[in-house]
Amino acid sequence: MTLKECKTGMSVRVENIGDSLLKERLMTMGLIPGTTVKVLRSAPLGDPMAIGIRSYNLAMRREDADKIEVTQVG
Amino acid sequence: MATMAMDNNIIRVALTGNPNTGKSTIFNEITGARQKIGNWPGVTVDKKEGHVTFEGKHIQVIDLPGTYSVNARSPEEKIVIDYLQEAQLDLVVDVIDSSNLERNLFLTVQLLEKGIPLMLDLNMQDEAKRRGIKIDVKKLEKKLGYPVLLTVARDGKSIKNLLNVFTSVSMESYGPSEDLQAHIAKIQEIENSGLTGMDLQEAIIKQRYAFIDEILADVAEFSSVGSTLTEKLDSVLANGVLALPLFLAILYAVFQITFEWIGQPIADALEEVITGDFTEWVAGALEGAEVADWMQALILDGIIGGVGSVIIFVPLIFMLFFCLSFLDGTGYMARVAFIMDPIMRRAGLSGKSVMPLMMGFGCGVPSIMGARALDNEKDRILSILAAPFLTCGAKLPIMALFAAMFFPDNAANVVFAMYIVGVVMAIVSTKLLTAAKYKDETATFLLELPPYRMPDMKTVLLETWDKGKGYLVKAGTIIFVGCVLIWFLGAFNMDGMVEEQSESFLASIGAVVGALFTFHGFGNWEAGAAVISGILAKESVVSTIGVLYGLPDISAEAEDAVETAEALSATGMAAAFTSLSALAFMVFSQIYTPCVTALGTIKKETNSWKMMFFAAGYMFALAWVVSLIVYQGGKLLGFE
Repeated sequence: MTLKECKTGMSVRVENIGDSLLKERLMTMGLIPGTTVKVLRSAPLGDPMAIGIRSYNLAMRREDADKIEVTQVG
Repeated sequence: MATMAMDNNIIRVALTGNPNTGKSTIFNEITGARQKIGNWPGVTVDKKEGHVTFEGKHIQVIDLPGTYSVNARSPEEKIVIDYLQEAQLDLVVDVIDSSNLERNLFLTVQLLEKGIPLMLDLNMQDEAKRRGIKIDVKKLEKKLGYPVLLTVARDGKSIKNLLNVFTSVSMESYGPSEDLQAHIAKIQEIENSGLTGMDLQEAIIKQRYAFIDEILADVAEFSSVGSTLTEKLDSVLANGVLALPLFLAILYAVFQITFEWIGQPIADALEEVITGDFTEWVAGALEGAEVADWMQALILDGIIGGVGSVIIFVPLIFMLFFCLSFLDGTGYMARVAFIMDPIMRRAGLSGKSVMPLMMGFGCGVPSIMGARALDNEKDRILSILAAPFLTCGAKLPIMALFAAMFFPDNAANVVFAMYIVGVVMAIVSTKLLTAAKYKDETATFLLELPPYRMPDMKTVLLETWDKGKGYLVKAGTIIFVGCVLIWFLGAFNMDGMVEEQSESFLASIGAVVGALFTFHGFGNWEAGAAVISGILAKESVVSTIGVLYGLPDISAEAEDAVETAEALSATGMAAAFTSLSALAFMVFSQIYTPCVTALGTIKKETNSWKMMFFAAGYMFALAWVVSLIVYQGGKLLGFE
């Protein structure tokens, strides 16, 4: 599944990040294959979404989250 | 690599680090008011330098822009790496948020790989403690080979510790540890492995995080704590249906503080002093010195009038930037961008431009300046060029007067419709500009949601002062010239100074400008002159109309619109407009060229005369077209 499809509260492990303009920035900010991510919440209008990674919180748009493949770990 | 400074008497220190690490707070606490903020050459990124004398030693500090890495993909990243590699520095301090070590160490490791010796400042110790993070300083120093210091950004002891280190530490006695050398060797191996492009980047980034994980496993202990204050606040402020009304309430409060409670009353008092006592005093002095009449008029009406109009904006700008800096310091601005992004994105803007644009309903000047907070050129320019379309406080009296005079039964609805026209035009124009100029740029949105913090007041005040001062000095010069020019046009004709404005250059030009509106239903010279004076200040549209129709003493306040309309109904103005041409004039006034104050601010913020003249011409043309459509379309539909 992709990060976009994850429900609030889920913990997932990043498997693969699809090519996009954001890829290098995402990896620089700590989102690399193997990183555990917690889905924190969606903005009131459903988009963007907030995730917790490496002891900080990051917001990204759902269309970008759709390019990140993950598996659920908790 | 940073080399030793030649001058032994001055110690040169650079601060680098991620955004939201308290780096600027440290800079402000160290240098206080002894700082100057300029621009890095060629880009609109602030260059902050300051100095301090500690125990007889002179220390120069530079606060580099906060970045997550130095891949040189953005102007900020390029500035940081170029500066660190080229400047002659005695010390580079890497300010790190201790509650967020992993991501912060990424920049650290990247800089160390490039051979830049660093002193690590593990800042925000108080926050790290609250989050159950314990760091072994000695082990970390050994692991990297470079010195480590613990600080709590704001307390005096931390600042004194830092200054002590600045004056005593010698980076020459430090060098990369074995572990760090091993990591650098691995990076070189990856670079020589034949991987290219994104695959190479991915492998390098993975190796860096692997090294960071190895360091942290060795030196840090994480114990779990209950949910933090930030999580509790976010569950209300950035979550669910309540987040939007709460945002509106906070926005309303900022608006009230700026334009009602504090900013405007001070502005009004200042205006009274300038136009009253001060003008009288200067007039008396000039009279006494027997200065020529035209010179008296230039000084009193042109210069004091012009500069006065700049100065009365200052309290508004200071107040607004105080509020925005404060909110930014708390971390709430990132939440505003988060919750408003989907709405703003549909309009072609970023969630981060909500706050600055909302200010456009009060005054375009702070609204344009607020676009500084946006993180890329495209969003900044689009936000700057959207702001002037909104109905600012000075356009309101125009709308109120025309609505009261030509739509007495529907005045409030017509005024409200003009607000909608402004918002729609801001969106339409953004779409047009995006299609014309930024078609190929994909908007990206990646935003750190930093922990909520109590802002550092010194930092808030210094930021406010810097922006207010910038407005006064730079925009002020352009506005001053504009005011003097328009004054000259209104006070002179070919034969010299005129008694009545209706005989001046302004009136002659008004006739030419008026001719532009022949097909808009208001092709008379009075309307033309009003349009020109509106470029000086939208406030002067109503007063110019009063002067030209023989009622120089009418009130230009929106509250008095009904009385003013009654008075003007008895003049030639009633016959000069039909309801439809009045509507076309309102639409035109809503959209056309902003006042010189706003234009001066556009010049300052974009650092481009071209952009300023583009904005002036483009908005005039857009207004001309839309207003023509309103008039001719209205006629086709049978309205008068």
